[in-house]
Parts: sequence; C-alpha cells; structure tokens
Amino acid sequence: MPVDPVVELRGAVCVTGGFPTLAGVDLAVTAGEVCFVSGDNGAGKTSLLRLLAGLTPLASGAGTVLGVDLSTDRRTLRPMVGLLGHGTGMYDELSVLENLRFFASASRLPLDGLDAALDLVALPARVRVLPMVSLSAGQRRRAALAGLVLRRPRLWLLDEPHTGIDGSGRLLVDRLITGAAAAGATVVFASHETERAAAIATRQVEMAGGTVSGPQ
Amino acid sequence: MFRNVMSTRNMTSTTTPPSVDHGAPDPSTDGTSTSSRGTRVLGVLCIVGLAVLGVFTFAISPPDSNLGDSVRIMYIHVPTVAWAYLCLICCAASSVTYLVRRSRFADVLAHASAEIGVLLLGVTLVSGAAWGHITWGTYWEWDARLTTTLLLFLMFVGYLALRAVPPSSNAGPGSGAVRAAVVGTVSALMIPVVHKSVEWWASLHQGATSFGTLDGNIEGSQQFTLWLSFGVGSLVAVWLLMHRFRVGWLTAAAQDVALDEAIEARRAGAAGRVADAGAGS
Amino acid sequence: MTGHPVTRALADAGVVLAKDLRLEWRTRTALTQVGPFVLAVLVLFGFALDADRPTLERATSGLFWVIVLFAAMLLIGRSSTIERDPGVSDALRLSGLSPAGIFLGKVAALACQLLVVEIVVGLGAVVLYNITFVGWSVILVTSLAATVAISAVGALYGPIAGGARTREALLAVLVLPTLAPVLLGVTRAWEIAAGRGVGDAWAWAAMLGVSATIYLAVGTAVWGPLLSEL
Repeated sequence: MPVDPVVELRGAVCVTGGFPTLAGVDLAVTAGEVCFVSGDNGAGKTSLLRLLAGLTPLASGAGTVLGVDLSTDRRTLRPMVGLLGHGTGMYDELSVLENLRFFASASRLPLDGLDAALDLVALPARVRVLPMVSLSAGQRRRAALAGLVLRRPRLWLLDEPHTGIDGSGRLLVDRLITGAAAAGATVVFASHETERAAAIATRQVEMAGGTVSGPQ
Repeated sequence: MFRNVMSTRNMTSTTTPPSVDHGAPDPSTDGTSTSSRGTRVLGVLCIVGLAVLGVFTFAISPPDSNLGDSVRIMYIHVPTVAWAYLCLICCAASSVTYLVRRSRFADVLAHASAEIGVLLLGVTLVSGAAWGHITWGTYWEWDARLTTTLLLFLMFVGYLALRAVPPSSNAGPGSGAVRAAVVGTVSALMIPVVHKSVEWWASLHQGATSFGTLDGNIEGSQQFTLWLSFGVGSLVAVWLLMHRFRVGWLTAAAQDVALDEAIEARRAGAAGRVADAGAGS
Repeated sequence: MTGHPVTRALADAGVVLAKDLRLEWRTRTALTQVGPFVLAVLVLFGFALDADRPTLERATSGLFWVIVLFAAMLLIGRSSTIERDPGVSDALRLSGLSPAGIFLGKVAALACQLLVVEIVVGLGAVVLYNITFVGWSVILVTSLAATVAISAVGALYGPIAGGARTREALLAVLVLPTLAPVLLGVTRAWEIAAGRGVGDAWAWAAMLGVSATIYLAVGTAVWGPLLSEL
C-alpha cells in the first residue's frame, strides 16, 4: 500500500542575500518517519528546515510539503508545521504563559491545552509567569518546546534541538520526538549529536554544500 | 530586444546543475554596452534636435511681451516637467504591475523611470527657481504646483534611497523589489491628495500670483519653438530611459549569472568534500 | 481556518493589538522615553520662539503636530523592531495570523500610543504655552483621522525601512514627505477651528479621512506579499 509522501523536493534551490543556501536538494520523506539530517555547519540544514516550513521561497526547482506546492502557496503550509529554531521564537518581555496565550490565540488553538503542554515539558509553575528574558537557556528551550507541542503539527521541524540544554532536557526532546512520531506526525530534525539522533531516527540523510548527498 | 520574462525558474533535471535563461543579450556580443542601432539613431536625432532647438531658443524666438528674455527658460522647463510626470506615472504603473505579476521587466522599468523622473523633476525645480529669480526676484513661491512638485520629488527620492539599500540578509530574494513597489504605489496614490491639499492651501493666501504662468497667447515662432522643445525633450527623455532600463536589465542578468556560478561552486565544493571523505575512509 | 476573511482579520488585529500594547506596557517606552522627549521639545520651542503668548498661540497647531510627527518616528521605529529577532518574526509568520490582521493590529497599537503622546503634548501646550483649545469637534475628528493616517503609514513603511542598516534616516525620508498633506490638513483645520484661518475645516477633515483610507487600504492589500518576502 503506497504511503503518502509528506515531503517531496526536486532540485530545490533557495537563495538568501544573493547566496544559494540550498543548491539543488532532492529529498523525499514519507509520513511517520523520523528523519535525521546531519552535516557540517553551513551545509544548509537550517535553510532546508526553513524551506520545509514554508518560510523561504523556492528560487528554482519544485517541492511539495504536506500536499502544498511550495512555489505557489506557502502560506497555507505554515500553520500545519511546527518549527523549533535556534532562538525561542517568543517575545522576551512577555512571560511564558503570555507568549503561549498569544500564539495559541493567533493560531486559533484552545487555550485550555496550555497547562498540559507546560506540564509535559516539565516547566515549573513559578517560572511560567516570569518574562522570557529572565529564564535560563534550558528553561527557554522547554518553553519553546511547549509552544511546539501546543500546535500539534503534522510535520515537526527541529533545528539542533539537543544543543544548549542539559541531560534531562535532551531526554525530553527525545521523548517528544518519538511521541510525535507515534502519534502519526512526521519529524525532520538536524543535529550534531550523531549517536543520540541515530538512536531515535528511522532514517538519516547527510547534507553538504546545499545539497543532500546521502541516501534520498 | 529584451524579452519580458518571469523571474522564477523551474528545473526538473537533477543531474545537470540548475541554471537560468531569461533571454538576456548574449554577453559575448553586446553584454557590455547598452547601446544598439536604435539608441544610436535616437542619440544622433537628439544632438541634431538640441542644436536646432538652441538656435530657435536663443536666436529666432522673440522675447515675450510680459516676461522678457527669461521666457526662454520655458523651453527647458515645460518639456522636463511633462516628461518628469510621465516617468513617475510610468513608475507607479510598473510598481503596481510588479505587485500583481512579479515580472522582472516591471521591476526594472519602475526603477529606471523613477530615476529619470527624479532627474527631470530636479531640472524642473532648478529651472523654475532660476526663472522665478530672474523674472520675479524670488527663487521660491509656496504655490500649489511648485509645492506639489517638490513633495513628489522628495517622495521619489525616498523611493530611490530605498532602492539603494540592500534588504537584510535573511530576507527573500525578491524583497527589495516588493518593498520598492509598495513605496512607488503609495507615492503615486498620494499624488492627487497632495495636489488637492496644496491647492486648497495656496488658494487661502490671498495675493499669491500663480508662479510661472505664461501669457496665454503665445503664437508664431514662440509656439513653434515650444512644440519643438517638447519634441526634442521627448527624444532625450526616451533615450535616457532606454539606456537606464538596459543598465538595470543587464545588472539583473549579471546577478543571475553570478548566482548560477555560486550554485555551481557550492555543489562542486560539496562533491569535492564527499570525494575526500570517501577517499580518506 | 474558517470564518469570513473580514471577521478573521479583525479578530487577528485584536490579538496583535493586545500583544503590542502589553509589550508596550512592560517596557513603557512611550511613556518613559517619548513623553519626556516631547515635553523637552515643547520647552525648547518656547525658548526658540522667545515665548511670548501671541506667537506661541499662532504657532501652536504647527508645533503640536510637528512634535507629534517626531514622536511618531520614534514609536514607528520601536514598533518595527519588536519582531526584529528572526525567531520571533518566523514564529509570527508561522502562526497563521492573517497579514491584514497583523497590519491592522499594528496600526491600532501605534494609534493608541500616539494618542497618549498627543494628550501629553496637548497638556504640555496648555500648561507651558498657556493656550486654550477651541472647536473641540473639529479637533477630535481631525486628530483621530490624522493619527490613523500617521499610524497606517508608519505600520506600512516601518518594516520596509526596518530591515536596512540605515533605518532611522530612511524611515524619515520615506514617511515625512508622504505625511506632508496630513500635516497640512490637520494644522489648517485646527487654525480654522480656532478662528485664525479661513476655509472649511470639515473639507480638510474629509481630506484627512481620504488619506487615512488610502493608507489603510494599501497596507491591508500589500501586507501579505510583504510578509512573505520579509
């Protein structure tokens, strides 16, 4: 029985500031896969994840993510994905709860899931009302993960999720990834922690020079 | 000829590296110059026309009964202001077209016509100020037309300033053009509002004579010279616009070539590293 | 996402407005930085114009709105840096908020902050220049229209100039000539209401309304493509 591809890229080229961050990517990811993208700095991993999120336009080539054609309609794709970038993606002066409330209202999600999401990432109650700027790096990452969990995206895009957090944080990330896959979502993540990533991933691709060089 | 092509590319092959063909002129023949037979002919006509106009302006056309010799400035002032407004309307229309259709032709035309339009508006304002000083003793009057022209000048100088600044590094490739097109559209939409409001304002100041009006009955050689100046001015404006457009078009094409080379280099670098890794393991 | 586009845009605008005002309340930029700035300028103009009452009275409308424009430049600059962090800007784009809603929300937030500034300038003028405002209906209507027009231009041009390194100067070059008719209209209307000018104040008010409508309409229409590219 054929499985629907969640991601299909053919010769995808992305240009940022005149530089081809992606120089012709071919990639196919099917539903339910946990795809680990490895590669050196500058290989294009972040650019690939942002392309899959519908944030950057295709300069040439073709791509379909979750059934949405990237060259025509990226905006309908965006609410369907969840992206964990290097930053928190939240407003520094607002508290965790205020941020989550804003993004939940913006995405038209029910507000009663907030506490459950924050419990899942084990963020203590007293921290939830503090402004983001006064949180530690690990707490900020947990807050960002809570935001991701709240969205229940069909495609999870994580850019180096293990970086900059402690052991329990890394275990949390692994749990969330495997939990998401078990619930039917697809996960594509970039990481430098090869053994850890390989342990939870169902598949690995290697990126270099803006292209995917490993198995496709 | 420059073909009107869209700036998006579509490639299906994965074995050959992506590259682009926009129909730009082949660099080996005329990629380094913006002139062609058409512009050379036009240029000659301009020079001849300007010479003839000079003769008529200074020798044949008589001084005006009211304004004296200074009326001769009109032969610069009138065609430049007319063509300045035409260029700015062209910029506005191209900006709107770009927002709707995202064609590179519209983008380059908007930029080129804005630049020529600002140049001509500058000449208009300076010649107007000179005329005012010679005839009425003042460089400037806050009347409707002059003030509107000045505000338009400033708005489109702002447009050019925006064009000169490259967008931030994490913006998409088309963002500079989209921003400029928005500013061009808004500036154009504001022209009637600016004009109307300044007109009301000027009418409140009693006694403000309309600056730079001509005796309505210009006739004979004055009228002929005026028409001649308009004709020659049109030739010059079109010549300037054609060259400026081609500069813009070739610049964009050169960036495409540079981008293709960058893509090649990136892929080659990747292949080299993989080969090294394979050889080393 | 269901729902009529207009109601969605308004709902999204409400969400963005609440967020921007909450952020402003946390940092209190308008109150603690722009407020003192405008008061200082009022004082400086008092010195520069050799503070005698008739001069100040005649100059008040113009001074008021020039000071408000300067303050608006500061507020617009601040508003466009709220989402300067690329992570936050990405999150906003991924949130699924309608672009028209984001634009209108930002316009509303700017307008609220500008209204606070205008009240401060107005009180300052009453106290420092010893003037009285007359013709309240004209003043309120034209001020509202002018504020909306300034906010709409700011919300549209702020992000356009915002990505550039020379942001502040570029913003001024873009915004100020475009707002010249607004400045003209609101000051003339106030002068007429105060009995010092001739003409029809409501005609100026109508012109202000037209300007504001143009800016709002264009901003709402182009915000989508702008957001995709930024």
